[in-house]
Amino acid sequence: MSSSRTLYDKIWDAHVIESQPDGTALIYIDRHLVHEVTSPQAFEGLKAAGRCVRQPKRTLAVVDHNVPTTDRSHGIDDPESALQVATLEENVVAFGLEYFNALDKRQGIVHVIGPEQGFTLPGTTIVCGDSHTSTHGAFGALAFGIGTSEVEHVLATQTLIQRKMKNMRIIVDGRLPEGVTAKDLALSIIGRIGTGGGTGHVVEYAGEAVRALSMEGRMTLCNLTIEGGARAGLVAPDDTTFAYLKGRPKAPSGAEWEQAVAAWRELKSDDDAAFDIEIRLDAAELAPVVTWGTSPEDVVAVTGRVPDPAAIEDEIIRNSKLRALEYMGLEPGQKIEDIAVDRVFIGSCTNGRIEDIRAAARVVKGRKASDRVLAIVVPGSGLIKELAEREGLDKVFLDAGFEWREAGCSMCLGMNADRAGPYERCASTSNRNFEGRQGHKARTHLVSPAMAAAAAVAGHFVDIRTWDYL
Amino acid sequence: MEKFTVLTGVAAPLRTVNIDTDKIIPKQFLKTIKRTGLSKGLFAELRFRDDGSENPDFVLNKDAYRQAKILVAGDNFGCGSSREHAPWALLDFGIRCIISTSFADIFYNNCFKNGVLPVTVSPEVLEQLFDDADRGSNATLTIDLENQVIRGPDGGEVSFEIDPFRKYCLLNGLDDIGLTMEKEDKINAFEKQDAETAPWI
Repeated sequence: MSSSRTLYDKIWDAHVIESQPDGTALIYIDRHLVHEVTSPQAFEGLKAAGRCVRQPKRTLAVVDHNVPTTDRSHGIDDPESALQVATLEENVVAFGLEYFNALDKRQGIVHVIGPEQGFTLPGTTIVCGDSHTSTHGAFGALAFGIGTSEVEHVLATQTLIQRKMKNMRIIVDGRLPEGVTAKDLALSIIGRIGTGGGTGHVVEYAGEAVRALSMEGRMTLCNLTIEGGARAGLVAPDDTTFAYLKGRPKAPSGAEWEQAVAAWRELKSDDDAAFDIEIRLDAAELAPVVTWGTSPEDVVAVTGRVPDPAAIEDEIIRNSKLRALEYMGLEPGQKIEDIAVDRVFIGSCTNGRIEDIRAAARVVKGRKASDRVLAIVVPGSGLIKELAEREGLDKVFLDAGFEWREAGCSMCLGMNADRAGPYERCASTSNRNFEGRQGHKARTHLVSPAMAAAAAVAGHFVDIRTWDYL
Repeated sequence: MEKFTVLTGVAAPLRTVNIDTDKIIPKQFLKTIKRTGLSKGLFAELRFRDDGSENPDFVLNKDAYRQAKILVAGDNFGCGSSREHAPWALLDFGIRCIISTSFADIFYNNCFKNGVLPVTVSPEVLEQLFDDADRGSNATLTIDLENQVIRGPDGGEVSFEIDPFRKYCLLNGLDDIGLTMEKEDKINAFEKQDAETAPWI
């Protein structure tokens, strides 16, 4: 057996406390992010068993799913949302955890604030009761979503019992063309491998196009890894990573910074490391994409047409896709650019970072949103909102008739008041187009921030490559 | 956690692929701070019409399947979010076993923490089980975890694979936090060494 190891193998090995003969292992968890939706039952379990949080300093809590994105100074109207937030606030006090409340400018979506604070570091293990924890893999951290029972397990023991995943590598050669973003890359990959394509694997992203991505782009790519079925994505850390982290509040500093960077430079797959699955893509062949169905694998180029599921041989898959078309109110053969939208959502842990907001603002600048479209921009954190406002981006959006909101998960899943209505069609920069995700009977099309912004202006999907905005 | 040993019951067929956790339990039911009472939200968008009445076309609303204890479903069941509310809702409804050709990783894990058994079978076996499930209350399935077999209504048996540790925990209804806490010395030793090799963490 080769002694060469992948990046995933190395991070895994460095965190194994004890291996069992059956292949399961007890692994150490370096960082734990907690939010209000998936934690109350875990804290309740700790209380019932008389247990405490083993390492409070390795835990960071924030409120994101339920918070209003409009004026929040008077609290939350919905009593259930308010109770969930109040419960987290009681628990962080009872268990001594650091917490960013809704009025703290450091508050934001859990997967945006981890990196922003330097809480997310290369080579660490990071978990959260949220599937998009894969986002943090952009830093070369082994980061994955867990359920509430595992949240409780981590709180109590700072460990998890896990079985090692297989290794998958996705190599993207060349450079992404102008107008084609990390979002289009990620959706194109899911379109190719399917939503179950990465199940049982950790995906390492490599190749020239991945290296060329900013940290924001890498986070978008790793964020969407779970939509391809893999719990974790990884990008080996490099100078782009270190430049992003340097000086962040929770990142190491001084001599420790130098020591850490030296160790982080070793975090990469060995040249001859073996992967169970390897996939290669040519970035130059990719186009801006739009999802047409109710699964993130339902991807088509913006210049394309709604596909016809009648040609699918498997009856169950065919019927599932026919139902998706019915739900979406679309016909086979319809041109994507002819599809009109009612709502536009720019935000989420997938595309709510400063680079995303800048990209959308460049498209919108000097233009107006279509009369038929209600468009909202929801920054991923209070700090991103503040930075965007310093750059005057809020004015760009407000002048164009967009709404400029407070930070949170918002319309990605509509646990707060931000939802699309029945049969409303939304161009969304979020991560899931599932039935009912953005509201009862609401229809979601996943796109990049620039594509969402252009759809808001035009009132229908447009090919951003033909748009004069630079 | 309730033990899982042998389960006999009606199996409901869900002939759809990629049944995501938003479909199993929509977001409006995630605002609870309890693990119980979630059956009202199970498959809510499919089970109920806009006026709140039952959708008679949905399988779990048909008389033969109201007491279903098993689901037979298409590929990639449980994809999407990490919400443990999905197995909580299934369990609260009375479903303790899901059979499919594949499961999403997080959902799969979450099932075992709640005494719910996800069973992976081949496409051919799934097709057979769909046919069995179509016979409703006339045909029950038996899931025998100890022997790792599914027994069909006509006496046929199909074996399935399962991780030994997960099987052990399910058979005995074990809380794995308690098991891990017995290893505190090893965790302490790991932390001590880690503080030396990577003090920045």
